[in-house]
Amino acid sequence: MSVIEVQGVSRSFVVRRKVGWLGRERETVHAVRDLHFGVERGEMVGYIGPNGAGKSTTIKMLTGILVPTSGRLTVAGMVPSTQRTALARRIGVVFGQRTTLWWDLPLRDSFDLLRRIYRIPDARYRANMATFTELLDLAEILDTPVRQLSLGQRMRGDIAAALLHDPEVVYLDEPTIGLDVISKSSLRDFLRETNRERGVTILLTTHDLVDIEQLCSRVMVIDKGSLVFDGSLDGLHALGDARRTLVVDLVEPGEPIRSLGADTVKVEGPRQWLTFAADTSAAPLVADIARRYQVADLSILEPSIEDVIKQMYTRTPREG
Amino acid sequence: MRATVSLWFAVAKRSFRRYSTYRAATLAGIFTNSVFGIIICFVYIAVWSENPGAGGYDAKDAVTYAWLGQAMIMTVAVWNGGATDDLAARIKTGDVAIDLYRPVSLLGWYLASDLGRALYHLLTRGLAPTLVGAALFDLRYPADLLLSVQFAIAVVLAVTVSFGVRMLVSASAFWLLDDTGVKHLAAIFAMFFSGLTVPLVLFPGWTGDLATVLPWASYLQVPADIWLGKHPGTDAWAALAFQAAWTIALLWLCHLVLGLANRKVVVQGG
Amino acid sequence: MVDAARSDLRAYAVLAWMWIRVSLTYRTSFAIMTIGQFLITGLDFVAILVMFSNVDSLGGFSLAEIAFLYGGSALCLGCADLVLGNIERLGQRIRMGTFDVMLVRPVSAYIQMCADQFALRRLGRITQAGVVFAWAIVALDIDWTWARVAMIPYLVVFGTVIFLALFTIGAAVQFWTSDASELANAFTYGGSTLAEYPMTIYPLEAVKALTFVLPLTFVNWYPSLFILDKPDPLGLPSAVQFAAPVAAAVLSLAAATCWRAGIRRYRSTGS
Repeated sequence: MSVIEVQGVSRSFVVRRKVGWLGRERETVHAVRDLHFGVERGEMVGYIGPNGAGKSTTIKMLTGILVPTSGRLTVAGMVPSTQRTALARRIGVVFGQRTTLWWDLPLRDSFDLLRRIYRIPDARYRANMATFTELLDLAEILDTPVRQLSLGQRMRGDIAAALLHDPEVVYLDEPTIGLDVISKSSLRDFLRETNRERGVTILLTTHDLVDIEQLCSRVMVIDKGSLVFDGSLDGLHALGDARRTLVVDLVEPGEPIRSLGADTVKVEGPRQWLTFAADTSAAPLVADIARRYQVADLSILEPSIEDVIKQMYTRTPREG
Repeated sequence: MRATVSLWFAVAKRSFRRYSTYRAATLAGIFTNSVFGIIICFVYIAVWSENPGAGGYDAKDAVTYAWLGQAMIMTVAVWNGGATDDLAARIKTGDVAIDLYRPVSLLGWYLASDLGRALYHLLTRGLAPTLVGAALFDLRYPADLLLSVQFAIAVVLAVTVSFGVRMLVSASAFWLLDDTGVKHLAAIFAMFFSGLTVPLVLFPGWTGDLATVLPWASYLQVPADIWLGKHPGTDAWAALAFQAAWTIALLWLCHLVLGLANRKVVVQGG
Repeated sequence: MVDAARSDLRAYAVLAWMWIRVSLTYRTSFAIMTIGQFLITGLDFVAILVMFSNVDSLGGFSLAEIAFLYGGSALCLGCADLVLGNIERLGQRIRMGTFDVMLVRPVSAYIQMCADQFALRRLGRITQAGVVFAWAIVALDIDWTWARVAMIPYLVVFGTVIFLALFTIGAAVQFWTSDASELANAFTYGGSTLAEYPMTIYPLEAVKALTFVLPLTFVNWYPSLFILDKPDPLGLPSAVQFAAPVAAAVLSLAAATCWRAGIRRYRSTGS
């Protein structure tokens, strides 16, 4: 049996809009509609989509914060909407932009408080603390109040807090948002290891396709409340044909670069933008250009989720 | 000069708008002010039925005073809040450096902003409870047009005096890391010595004499006495001069303190 | 049911203790804040003293008798405020999205809200009210019987429960209008101010409403009438005068209903 089962789940909201001076108009907004998916134990699934597509609504329903309007939903064999507090012991949640830690407390006290709230057995608590302190490099920040932590430090604390009680399922809402490249990369290493070593099922939402690329074997795309894709990232790229962009800074301004398999889409003085298929390696292209032109700098821009989804639509017209 | 005035006007207008977005909060506040107004009225009625001439007021004066008090609470921001709280917040974050380098006077900027806020609070949390009071109780109204005009001036001066006090309190954040304690203390003094908890005219002996010369007397006691006609003839102008004197003294003090703060920010970089 | 209550109480104690420990690490600041609270609320009573420099009684009650009413009311409010004073920040938490965090923990959100930022400095207010209350008890020539002695803890306990319920209802309203936190003040602080004075100063109709609709008279008025041996201006049967537990139970039930409805609403709108 899947650890997360979602069958025909919808959630709509009634919003009242002001019309004129006193009038009010009721309008039903479908945040998510007819969602179907299952997640197996130990999977790490990326859940992506544009802002307002229904990602947060889905996560809120999976934690029990929000009750579905219709459909069936179970997590670890429990119905979140009716067994919220019981389920809370078996899941972990990280809200990327809001901390689940206590703002005024040192990290250590926050952890200690969670130990008591979740009634984590002493041995488990000590073992987990030792592991997380080492892997997430927490030793130096344990005695700092959360409000004084940098975004990256806070996120490390938040992730440790979400895993302290050995949850079976963890939801990570934008865990890498606002982090620098190094923090992102060490966080990804940690998540990969946690998933593998502890067998924790992880569902993560993100705006960063690199997160998905490096962590998830499976990706689900939600748009306007409906699941529009569920499969591998390669499958998504093949479907969406999103293109990556190579930004080339030449030593001197020159003619648009011509290279096989890439289109030069923009030239601005010495800087040029070339796009190429996302499923091909950048290496031959870079080698070719470096051989034939005087290059000052190179960088690669990944396609954004919005781009991928836009591309998907242009390739496969959506029915309905 | 004209440019500066129009800038201040724009600042005040923006501040007025900003407060007017919290509609539910305003309604809740009006309700709470009205409830307190009613309770205080009955307490005063009990006091003046025991001693009909207490403090030189009659029962009708006292009941009117109760409602004027509710109207002034938010207008003069007794509990702090308003533009001066923004300043304290900006001192803590260091954003105040931007304010200090602006080509316009920081004091003028914040005063304009606070006057915009005060006008909003006067028209909502001042006016609405007064209407409730007028519907439920027999109130006294200014006897003539001159008194009404003098009352209006007194309200403006009440705001400027309270602004001066609150500004000094907020400026303490330049030197203290946290101004919560000072703010707390200032609010207590303001609440008590403005005559909001009990009219200053009831204070016994020398305590009453003292309370009526402190700046907080400008918040409520002076405007209320003008409204009630307790300052006949030229006395009303003298009362306004008292408020104006405190305004000038406090704003001058603010100016000095901000000058010191400016030097501190420039020398120490914040 | 009993297990759930026990685990809720335990969670409350754990959370509150953590905040106490935090506040005690800044001893000086804690001491100043506590003394500050003592003085602030003390000024409320000074205001009553100022009034009594102009009169000898209010509504037929002497200064010591009013001190008794004041002390009782302020003590109950202070205790309720200590237990769940920060629940009024619910709207702020909803607006900032941090209320969600409480809903994903294995402890009731109500308990977490009550214990949030538990402020021991509120003992300052309780102490001040206690001092006035104690002074009144000494200054008054009360004809002590066992029933009257028992009436004092009875007053404090049920009065506190009534205020706890009012705080809760006031907070629950914020599930609907998250920025109307001030509305609750009308009932909590307003109710306590109202109860600091004898009901004889209010119109009879209002006192009836405060007995049967919003039962604030059961906080301290009826228990005080019994202790001070004063007649009930409404002339109600004595059974009604001892109905504080009923009033407390009814209000608590109403509070629980409001809170649950609020949570239900939150969980179907997410905002």
